[in-house]
Amino acid sequence: MMILSGDPPRSRLLGILLVVIIAALAVAPFVFPGAKAMNVATKICIFAALVASYDLLLGYTGSVSFAHTMFYGIGSYSIAIALYSMGPNWTAVAAGVVTGLPLAMLLALGIGLFSLRVEAIFFAMITLAVASAFLVLASQLSWLTGGEDGRSFQLPELLRPGTVIIPKDWFGFAINGRVLTYYLIFVACAAMILALLRVVNSPFGRVLQAIRENRFRAEALGFRTVFHLTYANCLAALVAASAGMLNALWLRYAGPDTSLSFSIMLDILLMVVIGGMGTMYGAIIGATIFILAQNYLQALMGAASNAAAEAGLPLLPGLLHPDRWLLWLGLLFIASVYFFPTGVVGRLRNPSRKPS
Amino acid sequence: MTDLAAPEALPKPKRDILPALLPAILALAMLPLIGSGSSWVTLTVASLAMGMMIFIMASGLTLVFGLMDVLNFGHGAFIAVGAYVATLVLLPLAPYVQADSLLTNLAVLAPAALLSMAVSGALGLVVERVLILPVYGQHLKQILMTTGGLIVAEQALYALWGPQIIPLPLPASLRGSFIIGDVAIAKYRLLAMLLGLVVFAAIQLVLNRTKIGLLIRAGVENREMVEALGYRIRRLFLGVFMVGSGLAGLGGVMWALYREQVHASMGDDLTVLVFIVVIIGGLGSIGGCFIGALLVAMVANYGGFLVPKLALVSNILLMVAILMWRPRGLYAVTSR
Repeated sequence: MMILSGDPPRSRLLGILLVVIIAALAVAPFVFPGAKAMNVATKICIFAALVASYDLLLGYTGSVSFAHTMFYGIGSYSIAIALYSMGPNWTAVAAGVVTGLPLAMLLALGIGLFSLRVEAIFFAMITLAVASAFLVLASQLSWLTGGEDGRSFQLPELLRPGTVIIPKDWFGFAINGRVLTYYLIFVACAAMILALLRVVNSPFGRVLQAIRENRFRAEALGFRTVFHLTYANCLAALVAASAGMLNALWLRYAGPDTSLSFSIMLDILLMVVIGGMGTMYGAIIGATIFILAQNYLQALMGAASNAAAEAGLPLLPGLLHPDRWLLWLGLLFIASVYFFPTGVVGRLRNPSRKPS
Repeated sequence: MTDLAAPEALPKPKRDILPALLPAILALAMLPLIGSGSSWVTLTVASLAMGMMIFIMASGLTLVFGLMDVLNFGHGAFIAVGAYVATLVLLPLAPYVQADSLLTNLAVLAPAALLSMAVSGALGLVVERVLILPVYGQHLKQILMTTGGLIVAEQALYALWGPQIIPLPLPASLRGSFIIGDVAIAKYRLLAMLLGLVVFAAIQLVLNRTKIGLLIRAGVENREMVEALGYRIRRLFLGVFMVGSGLAGLGGVMWALYREQVHASMGDDLTVLVFIVVIIGGLGSIGGCFIGALLVAMVANYGGFLVPKLALVSNILLMVAILMWRPRGLYAVTSR
């Protein structure tokens, strides 16, 4: 229980689900060796951490930020730019980390001090504006960021796919740099999620929940709410930037579409809401469900669209086209905010409770 | 607005006019920097026209927030829907749009704009009933629900009209400019300015001089009391929401004609701009929204002329500057 900070899943089914997901992720390179399956597993790890950090804001403080992908992007770009300009070595990785993390934190601090003084709604609007300005900057400053094309780079020797660490004839599995990178990401993400779980179950986390429930009362009790909210915002930004760094290391690329776009922001929102706001475990469940669906349901939609087109139905082929996947996602999103405000985790913990 | 018949017994609240003077101060300060008088006039007119269009789009958002305490993150969807609906009228009737007669052009433009307003207003009705009604008073859920609505609306536009950019040419008689001396003033910009002023005046008149306006303002102050007096405040608010969405639709048509193109993602881009304007003005304040729109447009136009690179983030810088000065925007609505 120590490692879970005294906050166990509190539902047998949820516990089983989590064990299955984590076990599958832990053995993914050996059991699902294909390139696509590996990408899916990595994405689940990274997004679980990213979504958990977003849950610290949305679920535990009740403030909606639209700038989370900005921090994710700062992490991605700082690693990419460092490795691109300094060459594939560990000094560059370190340089990316020591520039990216403080940058993300300072920006989070600035936004927090500016907008958290007023209202939750203010924070949402200002983060949206700042994030869109950052996206414009990232695609315009091509000398630094590579513009719309982004930055591709080489990894340090140890992490490259060509590097064989344990040859295949030892255990029947080849352990190469790619597998090592995967485990680096897996361990880092697990550590971040456990750390966040620790944060939300600390006295600090209780204060955040008190602010969420009644900010005025928390203020009256003597807590400086702006300080606590800004602190949470900075923590979330740091984790998001770290997740962005891991993402860049896996993709060997950082660009506006993979790390900054508004659609990633919506994905994160959706994962938090589906998984369950304010639970942390919801991040793992939400990311897993969403990414599996994203990768395997779109093909199904394409098939359905073609079938509808052959049957000569009007409009339906357009609505079922794989590119319209966001349409159905949006409807699902609205439905889950309305009918399942506590998400999958809340449902599993309190199966009998009616939605409020 | 001095009313001669008003009794002098009550002390009037102190007028806070400094923010209202900001656009004029900014424009005058830019005159020496730009140097040439004719480009200054052109830029100023361009700013005013752009500002009026942004105001029309933003007024609905700030009205709805001020009166109903509902923040609609899907406001951009009404803008985009308005623009798309206008293409339904303007593209099939292209010969009339391209006829070189102001009357014929307006005879096509007016119904297109009215239809857009009607459709986006009706969409507002649906959105209010389906998305916002269950989450009154819960800001977090409002943001989530309306963001979901924005995604669905944008994707539905893609599904119905396809992903390509639709060109929407300006009517023939509104193209080109009036040349006065060495100053060129685009005709369409004059029209946009005029329309913006009319909308601003109409909103102010309705809110301040009519019984409906009185009820709305009273409902904002104390909802239970107005209900107890027998007025149906829910219906009134629904009407306000529909008017707000209709105005967004009108703004969408004007913006689409200004840019001469329609695209489903225009809602996203304009949402950000409209939010910045509403934040600068102070959430819920119509006057602040008007000034904010002018300021944003001015910074964009003057900035684009003087320092093109800076123009990309100029509105964020403006927002930061204003919030340093007044953390709740130019005219903070103090009732909450």
